[in-house]
Amino acid sequence: MKKPKIATVWIDGCSGCHMSLLDMDERILDLLSKADLVYSPLVDMKEFPEGVDVTLIEGAVSSDEDEEKVRFVRKRSRILVALGDCAVTANVLAMRNAFGPQNIMRRAYIENVTRNPLMPNEDLPTLLPQSVPVHGIVKVDLFLPGCPPSADLIYESLESLIAGKIPELETRVQFG
Amino acid sequence: MSRKILIDPVTRIEGHSKITLYLNDAGNVENARFHVTQFRGFEKFCEGRPFYEMPSLMARICGICPVSHLVASAKACDALMAVRIPPVAAKLRKVMNLAQIVQSHALSFFYLSAPDLLLGMDAPVASRNIVGLLEKHADAAKDGIFLRSFGQRIIASLGGERIHPSWVVAGGVNAPLSSETRDAILAEIPQALRVIQRSLGWFKKIIGSHREEIRTFANFRTLFLGLVNEKGGWEDYDGTFRFMDATGKIIADHIPIDSYGDYIAESVEPWTYLKFPYYKPIGYPEGMYRVGPLARLNLIDSFGTPLADEEWTEFRELSRTPVLSSFYYHYARLIEILYGIEKIEQLLSEPDILSRHIRAFAGPNNREGIGASEAPRGTLIHHYRIDEHGLITWANLVIATGHNNLAMNRGVLQVAKHFVSGEKISEGMLNRVEAVIRAYDPCLSCSTHAAGTMPLRIELRDSAGNLLDTKIRD
Repeated sequence: MKKPKIATVWIDGCSGCHMSLLDMDERILDLLSKADLVYSPLVDMKEFPEGVDVTLIEGAVSSDEDEEKVRFVRKRSRILVALGDCAVTANVLAMRNAFGPQNIMRRAYIENVTRNPLMPNEDLPTLLPQSVPVHGIVKVDLFLPGCPPSADLIYESLESLIAGKIPELETRVQFG
Repeated sequence: MSRKILIDPVTRIEGHSKITLYLNDAGNVENARFHVTQFRGFEKFCEGRPFYEMPSLMARICGICPVSHLVASAKACDALMAVRIPPVAAKLRKVMNLAQIVQSHALSFFYLSAPDLLLGMDAPVASRNIVGLLEKHADAAKDGIFLRSFGQRIIASLGGERIHPSWVVAGGVNAPLSSETRDAILAEIPQALRVIQRSLGWFKKIIGSHREEIRTFANFRTLFLGLVNEKGGWEDYDGTFRFMDATGKIIADHIPIDSYGDYIAESVEPWTYLKFPYYKPIGYPEGMYRVGPLARLNLIDSFGTPLADEEWTEFRELSRTPVLSSFYYHYARLIEILYGIEKIEQLLSEPDILSRHIRAFAGPNNREGIGASEAPRGTLIHHYRIDEHGLITWANLVIATGHNNLAMNRGVLQVAKHFVSGEKISEGMLNRVEAVIRAYDPCLSCSTHAAGTMPLRIELRDSAGNLLDTKIRD
């Protein structure tokens, strides 16, 4: 039987969910013997491939590039999992929604600088007016909240998903 | 015709970035830009929140080194409260900060860079990663998993969680150390020491096969910045700033952290969300400096633990002046892991470490507070202002990876000029351009507070900038 393909994507988050994924320690070897990691910040593939079985996505959607990526990844993934509170609710990233992109950028690039104050905008993604959760853009099949979700939760969920089952999480998940 | 090569995204680093190389008519690299493409806005959206929420909120800047942010933020809060925290609270914060330096360096070295070092810069992209490393060098990969886990488990045993523990708080820490936890950590120290010494052993053996990278990986003169203790020794928690120049001369010493603004200024460039700090007395961009493991090993007078001092002495023999090649960041990182393990053992063996006096309580007494620490990647500064109710009105964060921004850009250009030429561009050449970035171990997640096969998008543009051809190579 062909091994299932899994992928992990990191958009606007702190990478804590990816670190929690690594916090399963040597159990990651066990998972990677049952599935192929075809795209992730941890490996060198530069293009998200077609026909991915399970994609975990960390972070909120905050820029036009994030939005494009989420739509692209959705098209190429059978199961899309929102990994962690930022993907599920936009979490701390949503704290900027009360201020708007111009105000948060003004603080960093105009007020808190000594030389050459300007708003960076060359060859860079543009911030969306609001930072939104992944399901604000595309359909999500499974939500794994937590800041971050525990390594055990990620491990057990991936084990089920690799075996072709949606994990039973009702009593196990919590925010924060 | 002139061309532009885009490496997007840069992989096996902790963040969102891409690199553009600009080639001239002859096909040689003329300019290079390292773009950081994420921005979040913590300095603004913390406004209106109570100051004592800052450690937990600011930890969310980064899931790789949340403890550094917890520590720098809590120290800024201590300053707002105008308290001197109980000595044991400071020691416990140090233990956690050192555990994080161990785990983060292990991530950088073993998970992200060892595939280049052990499998080769030109190894097949599909297996040039931690999984490929496990197949070919299982012992090294497992040692890396162990060291990262060792650090993360110390953090969890002190703070309840491996990532974003809420234990470091304004005024100290919120739970004392139990004797069981102390003993469990101490019991693992001998194995941790064996593993890191073994790793240093093989790294020193293979270093000779990377001569070309050593010579060209961001090997140039810069200043260096780091914290030092009152004796000029290695320091990550207390201490004052030291600046050293490329000849080894100390140009500013024992600078109190509150005076950072007199020495460090920041510039902006329109093509990246990462700002460019520089040494203010010299100006931009000549005031370029580096921080992090290489800088720290260059500017200290000693570590202060026996095994690390022995390794440090050998390291310093590489050069009569400061060690300038950023390739040696990897080496410096391993020595700091060794130090971290030794120092954790020392701190946990102190007689008062189980004290239950671990937190000072106070309201807001100062309107302004500054906290600094050495994060795995270098000097970290949190600076807050509050109103009379203790609500944040302004924040400025200067983050380790930001300090290195000028030197990372210069490093990319140096490597690209040496390895990339327009005649035939190989994947291995471009991997070296990324590898110089990996040597700095940039945590772009942090620095943007304010914010397999390797298909490459290569864009051919004429001198007017018109797109002639796009090639996707895989």
